[in-house]
Amino acid sequence: MALEAEVERRRRAVRPLPARIARLREESVRAEVRVCAERARLITEFYKSGQATGLPVPLQRALAFKYLLERVSLPVEEGQLIVGLRGTGPKRVPTYPEICVHSLEDLEVLHTREKMPYRVDAETKRLYAEEIIPFWRGKSLRDLLFQRLPQEWIDAYEAGVWTEFMEQRAPGHTAGGERIFKMGLLDIKAEIATALRGLDPADPEYYEKLVELQAMDIAADALLIYAARYAQKLAEMAKEEGDPARRRELEEMAEICRWVPARAPRTFWEALQHYWFIHVGVTYETNPWDSFSPGRIDQHLYPFYKRDLEEGRLTRERAKELLQAFWLKFNNQPAVPKVGVTAEESFTYNDFSKLNLGGLTADGSDGVNELSYLILEVLEEMRTLQPNTAVLISNKTPDRFLLRALEVVAPGFGEPPLFNFDGVVVKMLRQGKTLEDARTAGVSGCVESGAFGKECYILTGYLNLPKILEITLHNGVDPRTGKRIGIETGDPQGFRTYEELWQAFLQQLRHFVTVKMRGNDIIEALYAHHLPVPFLSLWIEDCVRNARDYNAGGARYNTQYLQIVGLGTLTNALAALKFHVFERRTFTMEEVLRALAADFSGPYELTRQVLLHKSPRYGEDDDYADSIAKAIVDEVVRLVESFPPTPVRRASRRVYFLPTTVHVYFGKVTGATPDGRKAGTPVSEGVSPVQGTDRKGIAAVFRSVAKCDWDKTGGALLNQKLTPDLLADEESLRKLAQLIRVFFNLGGHHVQFNVVSAELLREAQRRPQDFQDLMVRVAGYSDYFVNLPRGLQEEIIARTEHKHWG
Amino acid sequence: MRETGIVFDIQRFSLHDGPGIRTTVFLKGCPLRCLWCHNPEGLSPKPELMFFDYKCLGCGTCARVCPEGALAQGAGAKPRLAREKCAGCGRCAEACPSGAWRLVGRTITVEELLSLLERDALLYDRSQGGVTFSGGEPLFQPDFLHAALAACKERRIHTAVDTSGYAPWDVFERIAPLTDLFLFDLKPMDEEAHRRYTGVSNRLIHANLRRLAELGRPVRVRVPLIPGITDTEENLQALLALLGEVQGRILGVELLPYHDVAEKYQRLGKSYGMPSLSRPSEARLAELRARIAQVVPCA
Repeated sequence: MALEAEVERRRRAVRPLPARIARLREESVRAEVRVCAERARLITEFYKSGQATGLPVPLQRALAFKYLLERVSLPVEEGQLIVGLRGTGPKRVPTYPEICVHSLEDLEVLHTREKMPYRVDAETKRLYAEEIIPFWRGKSLRDLLFQRLPQEWIDAYEAGVWTEFMEQRAPGHTAGGERIFKMGLLDIKAEIATALRGLDPADPEYYEKLVELQAMDIAADALLIYAARYAQKLAEMAKEEGDPARRRELEEMAEICRWVPARAPRTFWEALQHYWFIHVGVTYETNPWDSFSPGRIDQHLYPFYKRDLEEGRLTRERAKELLQAFWLKFNNQPAVPKVGVTAEESFTYNDFSKLNLGGLTADGSDGVNELSYLILEVLEEMRTLQPNTAVLISNKTPDRFLLRALEVVAPGFGEPPLFNFDGVVVKMLRQGKTLEDARTAGVSGCVESGAFGKECYILTGYLNLPKILEITLHNGVDPRTGKRIGIETGDPQGFRTYEELWQAFLQQLRHFVTVKMRGNDIIEALYAHHLPVPFLSLWIEDCVRNARDYNAGGARYNTQYLQIVGLGTLTNALAALKFHVFERRTFTMEEVLRALAADFSGPYELTRQVLLHKSPRYGEDDDYADSIAKAIVDEVVRLVESFPPTPVRRASRRVYFLPTTVHVYFGKVTGATPDGRKAGTPVSEGVSPVQGTDRKGIAAVFRSVAKCDWDKTGGALLNQKLTPDLLADEESLRKLAQLIRVFFNLGGHHVQFNVVSAELLREAQRRPQDFQDLMVRVAGYSDYFVNLPRGLQEEIIARTEHKHWG
Repeated sequence: MRETGIVFDIQRFSLHDGPGIRTTVFLKGCPLRCLWCHNPEGLSPKPELMFFDYKCLGCGTCARVCPEGALAQGAGAKPRLAREKCAGCGRCAEACPSGAWRLVGRTITVEELLSLLERDALLYDRSQGGVTFSGGEPLFQPDFLHAALAACKERRIHTAVDTSGYAPWDVFERIAPLTDLFLFDLKPMDEEAHRRYTGVSNRLIHANLRRLAELGRPVRVRVPLIPGITDTEENLQALLALLGEVQGRILGVELLPYHDVAEKYQRLGKSYGMPSLSRPSEARLAELRARIAQVVPCA
């Protein structure tokens, strides 16, 4: 398809929105992202005031939360139908100095960096210099964490063997379940009262439980206060409103805020407002990873939608408008600003709230309903960075729904990704969840399966597999620094067989994972003791019943994940060594090591070409390479799962295969690899084949990927890039749908598509001003292409573009 | 199963060679020499080299390994291949570090072929697809084709054969019971024009079409639309006359719009005889479809 035709096709896909929504959307999309000092100021004020002194930590946290919600600004976007916003206005992002304190240099970098800046005004800088930094430096959780972590952990972290999720952001990684839509805070306060009455002083944990329940009760009160403040503000705004229609709306909104979140919602509108209050609460309490999510939203909202329609309170159009307004609330809450290494690791404003559609119901029947279609329509028309979506496909999902989702994918802004829901159920059952809890599970973040509303599944960091191979090839030394950070597993020049190399790699892997797991245990304990989350705990079963905090193991299910990165690169590297060094003897190990050390420069370019083009590769349905990929997945899973449950939460240890954008950072810190990859270039992302090497077509990619046993993981991310003409007509869509069904039948977990030509991406690099709205799939989320750092742009362009199906 | 054939490509997830999702197997060798041929690498029955200019590093490895001395390498320049000396051994392609040389055409047993085809069995099942044998001219390797079709039928895989129609009738008769669908090409209708543009007469082709239709095997006619050659009024009239004869006994007609493939010819060191032509307009296509549809279903 010619470039103009592609641009035209994308232009045509943009549909007009109702005037109110169009204006709100425009404001939201155009708003500058700014650091908002209000939260940092208030929380510092609270702790300085002495009110918290001497109190148990959960009570301190709950009172701080209350102090905040009694005082934070109450912005109302003009014409909005849902209220509540973290920060003083759209895209004003608060900071969390008790977790991570930004230095003045950090603020300066955030303010001035070219891509994805967070503007910081002079007053914020002053406040940081005079109040925030002096008070929190040395006390923030991040500081505590780095004080406690052992040197070998720090060494590997600094070498880029892994990243740590919780050094700057709190755990969370969860989504709401039906509890949210069936319970008001007054109901929960009653539950807390019951639990308090049931406390037994003979219980050795009596006091901890007592304190935690009291903290939960205060946290519930905090949100009630926040909602009451909004009700009052809306009533006042109504009085001053000149437009009678808007006045009635504001009055109705005030009425809604008097009902929810105190009581369970009764109507569709109330349900949206109720959820949103909770979302704001969770994201004000801490800066949790993946913010928060209403989870299986089409199923949760459907009873309200149906009843409202039947009783004449709602029309489809009004429901759509409410959903659109709701949509923009997510877009107005960008991710919190980070510092240092994690800026590379997740370079995006996206906060990963993921709305799930389709799947199965608790009783195992098809979960698709009218709202599933309506929400797809909203997604298609809104085209905003946030929220993210997930379309869950089971064997019971009708083709119509899958085809509709693919229709939304076709004009190419990356959403929605598709998930094998039957596979999610299998994964949950394997981990010991009940059948009902497995069927009401979903995917959050990028591709992470979890029992929504019932599980605390915490992601702990990305693991750089190619780096571990590099260290193995240097007998435990990181060649970038010359430092010994691994163990001695033998001089690779002495290996006589591939098996010896493989065993050395596995030993090295075991060493690093062991160090990482020890670090995880320390961090888990720190969060459990220093950063309880009584508010989030209200909503995740069975924290109230267990009188135990979410961060201390209160949830029904507890899981801890390590995210594995670079499967494609590691597979191809091992396959190349096996093939050329140990079998064909094209090169000696010494020759390969010299070529790697020289980064394939000069005469070694030929070596690189041979390794790159003349080796078996993952992603081309070649069993030689694919069996190596499968062995890596099997061994990584076996290794991680061999560690005993975590000490505090008693969480089982599991793995995901997903990268966000860390494959770019991991590439930067990893030297040349034996698959012909040059030093510093990105490693492969997710479980996708190495960028540009999967030349046998999408069917071969799917088969290669499906050979690995993903049911043993919590999820695996696969990116595919298609040229737009492949989705141009109904017949092609149908065949793609059939291909996806087969991929899922074979055990694939997830696939997402970039339907965009490399030519268009190049054009966007040349004329960014004309492609401000071009969104592409990065890894588990979409982002504005022109906003991405150059390295990531190049990586996306380098991904193989499937021009024809074969 | 031990029967061997020469194939030059196996394309998976193929969407336009019959119903559903298919794998298309391209058999090498063709008795026709159509001026517009889209698969010039399928013409010769022997393996041959394709050169991807942009991949070549100019390293000279190919010239060093060639046992026939067919490759010459000037200093820092791209290699030159004397195709008449090339025995098609493929050493150069194997040795070329960057994959600039590719040997097209490899010998494969029916057993190997089926193990590849069966990888996508679930896709065929789900989409009611199957395997299509194309080329080249698949009937040019009758024994291999027969054995491969029989093996597919034994595994309940739907089979299609994409043919120029130019083969002895007894070959058609042999494979007909094993073929679920014939994709039967009709090129210029005028015998002289056919000879001029494809190198052979079309009499045998037309006779085969009539007999296949009589036999009652499912046949879909495919007409490549070459501007000025097969999209003319005269050709259309003659086409409609022949279609009238087989009306009711064939499934329908498909029009295949022309597109340019000059690049492929360069890689094979061949010249492309077609002048630069533009694709027929959508309006013209629709008009032709409508007129043919008065006689037989047309897509």
